[in-house]
Amino acid sequence: MTIALSQFDEVRLDRVSRDFGALNALRDVSLTIRRREFIALLGPSGCGKSTTLNCIAGLLPVTGGAIWLDKQRVDTLRPEERGFGMVFQNYALFPHLNVRQNIGFGLKMRGTPKAEIDRKVDEALSLVRLQGQEHKLPGQLSGGQQQRVAIARAIVIEPPLVLMDEPLSNLDAKLRLEMRAEIRRIHNELGATTIYVTHDQDEALSLADRIVVLRDGVVRQVGSPKELYEEPAHLDVADFMGFRNKLRGRVLEIENGRVLLDVEGARIAGVAREHVSPGSLAYAAIRSDDMAVGTPGDRSLAVTVDTMEYRGREFVGTAHTAGGLDLVFRSHQAVEPGAKIHLQVEDNRVLVFAEPVQGRN
Amino acid sequence: MIRDTTLGAKLWAAAIWAVVAFFVLNLLAMIATVVTSSFATRWLGTWLPAGWTTRWYDSAWSEFQLGDVLLVTFQVVGAVVLISGVLGVTAAYALARRDFPGKKLLVLLFLLPLLIPPITFGIPLATVLYQTGLAGTFWGVVAANLVPTVPFVILVMIPFIEQIDPKIEAAARVFGANTFKLFIHVLLPLLLPGILAALLLVLVRTIAMFELTFLVAGPTSQTLVVALYYAVFAAGVRAVQSIDAMAVIYMVTTLVWLVIALRFVNPTQIVTRAKQQPAH
Amino acid sequence: MDAFAPATAATAHGPSLRQRLAAQGFDAVTLLVVPAAIFSLALFVYPFAFGFILSFEPKAGGDWLANYKRFFSDPFLYETIAKTLWLAIPVTLLNLLLAVPIAFRVRLLRHQRLLTTTLVLPITLGTVLVAEGLLNYLGPQGWFNRTLMTLGLISEPLKLVHNYWGVFASLVITGFPFTFLLTLSYVTGIDPALEQAGATLGANSWQRFRYIYLPLLMPGFAITFCLSFVQAFSVFPSAVLLGAPAGPTRVISIAAYQAAFEEYDYSMASAVAMIMGFVQLAIVVAVLASRGLFYRGPASGAKG
Repeated sequence: MTIALSQFDEVRLDRVSRDFGALNALRDVSLTIRRREFIALLGPSGCGKSTTLNCIAGLLPVTGGAIWLDKQRVDTLRPEERGFGMVFQNYALFPHLNVRQNIGFGLKMRGTPKAEIDRKVDEALSLVRLQGQEHKLPGQLSGGQQQRVAIARAIVIEPPLVLMDEPLSNLDAKLRLEMRAEIRRIHNELGATTIYVTHDQDEALSLADRIVVLRDGVVRQVGSPKELYEEPAHLDVADFMGFRNKLRGRVLEIENGRVLLDVEGARIAGVAREHVSPGSLAYAAIRSDDMAVGTPGDRSLAVTVDTMEYRGREFVGTAHTAGGLDLVFRSHQAVEPGAKIHLQVEDNRVLVFAEPVQGRN
Repeated sequence: MIRDTTLGAKLWAAAIWAVVAFFVLNLLAMIATVVTSSFATRWLGTWLPAGWTTRWYDSAWSEFQLGDVLLVTFQVVGAVVLISGVLGVTAAYALARRDFPGKKLLVLLFLLPLLIPPITFGIPLATVLYQTGLAGTFWGVVAANLVPTVPFVILVMIPFIEQIDPKIEAAARVFGANTFKLFIHVLLPLLLPGILAALLLVLVRTIAMFELTFLVAGPTSQTLVVALYYAVFAAGVRAVQSIDAMAVIYMVTTLVWLVIALRFVNPTQIVTRAKQQPAH
Repeated sequence: MDAFAPATAATAHGPSLRQRLAAQGFDAVTLLVVPAAIFSLALFVYPFAFGFILSFEPKAGGDWLANYKRFFSDPFLYETIAKTLWLAIPVTLLNLLLAVPIAFRVRLLRHQRLLTTTLVLPITLGTVLVAEGLLNYLGPQGWFNRTLMTLGLISEPLKLVHNYWGVFASLVITGFPFTFLLTLSYVTGIDPALEQAGATLGANSWQRFRYIYLPLLMPGFAITFCLSFVQAFSVFPSAVLLGAPAGPTRVISIAAYQAAFEEYDYSMASAVAMIMGFVQLAIVVAVLASRGLFYRGPASGAKG
């Protein structure tokens, strides 16, 4: 019972839960995916992102909630009845079938006439630019080519939804960038709807229309890449988005959402992203790019430099304060390890978060 | 690998190869003795027989009714291979793909008939089969031979199935294969080399399985190896050459299948059932 | 403190029985194991249990231990244990002592297949054929004695068949390849980088064997010994055909066979089989218990 592409407007996860096992459990995940959208599920390993994908694919049964494709409930269907396309982490190509047979597998299972299979497979082969390789076995292909076969196999069945489970994690850095662009190109050309699981925030930011950040089986934030990058809702999301410096301090005063923190005697000002109150403990989250060498003063932190790395246009250093805070900063000049310097941030580049609730970690 | 080149190490290596050579030489000479004798007209007190003949094969064939015995042997072996294949592969699939309470106990249960020598469990097994009236019949012999072969297939197939990525099965499901299509289009082609290897080894083992067949076979259900035992046991009744001719026929039936089996498995696997190691 | 922890979120809709079973690993796939399990219970476990109980129901009457009392009071019966051990233990030790250095040497060979194929021959051919072959080959007119006499090592043929040595030889011919191939699989299973690491730290070849390989291989050797021993202990056709089945090679399996098929006393035969099984078990347990003294864990380096 393949679901025709045209009938579909949205896929809805309604309080989906999966209870078994402490790890990879999901708790009340609700999410609506609109047609032609590219959604990235982002989070550290064990956060439940692959579990979510497997529940959508039908490879894992859900223990609570429902999954809807428009008005049709799909979580009760077997995986072979859902008609979704999936790209697996290690590709899961059938080792005994050649490229053409691998791509045509889904159509063959649907009883598509041979001539039509041939035509569609040819189309898919040219879409993923694999013409001339169709009679090779998966073992004879490079990692990037296997990846292309896996994508072609998933899209040739014209699925309403394409599921991708960390598809780039087995490729080397250069190929990863190349295939990332390919995946987005194919998504756009086909007008596909894609759910993409990754633990790499760069991938999620560059590919997705919307990103869903998961942690411990719970949705932490949903938003466009820009929203997540600039306005993470929680400290752990900020951490994931590259706010590598997390300075714990006491709230001195609050004014119009602007918070002044005392961090080891230095006064750090920032924008509150969560509710904090004067006198409580809070965190100032700062990207390493926004922390630079400055001059002594009550707004800068006195630190001792630990390491210095050359990164092309500038240096990235690590340092620690007298109180034991570890910091990452950038610098235009090399600083000798052991040197005492002062680090400064711009006020509007600091986000302030409440201290995380215990038990969340 | 590290090789020593000192004199002591060389002497040690030479001594080891001498032992190996001595063993292999005696083994081959023993086999050659049987073959030579089966073609000998008269062979007493000399290095080689007085003359050569093939007539012992004719006499062995009729004296020991080898036509019937071979037919029974292949029927028994065929039944054992088929049944242990079906029972063994299905059980191995479950054991390779699922973790459930009591699995370790079950694996131990399947391991025991391979570790305990057949004569030890064969006597109680024969007792039960005689009580139920199965002993002496064709199916009694098949049942007794299945006791070690079903676990053998299970233990050969478990690692083989485990090395097939379960994601491949998941992929087949996602792309629309139901259980039957999954089996026909994906599992069977992938498992075929393993099944073939396991069943060929079962075949060779069953032809050579003496103890269990001996304990439960009747006059019309004995296999070649049991017939050979009775012939050697009653040596003196028949000419030695005739018995040796039968032994050669037995050797050939076994070795033909061994040679075929060795195209698919490493010789070490016949003993250890270990995963095949890449040759270095 | 943890007011936000959504720990009780899913209590409203508990999982079904089927889902709970599936989480434990019981589903349709698991059921595939059932036919083989039933088969194994019916033809392996049940006969064993049946034989065990039957051994306490003597055919000739008497109290429930009569079979065992008879076994341990009749020297013709109880001496079979000693006779079998006297064959099985020396043969197993010899096979293992030969197999270990040879396996270490063969491990270095690029083309092991010819040798392993040759060695697999006697295992595949089985004990009956080996017995028939050795009857000729080791006989007074056989090639073995003939060669020794030609070389001038002996003046008259050694008596090597229809006695202890005939059975001994057949157990070496079939047992050594078994022991060797098992040992070889253990030896080649050890990461060669461990030996190389030992060498860079200054260990010579003996020290590398003694302090690296031996501790890692000891569990494997213990298992090899056990498997080889139970094989040798259950020697049957060659003890009849090549040995002196009424005398020095009247092994325990002959006693069991005769009770069953010559006296038709299945109760006594079961008792002998139980005793045979018990002796094997005792030796195996003794060997494996001493294994507790050795290193146990992965032998392949720090991959786990």
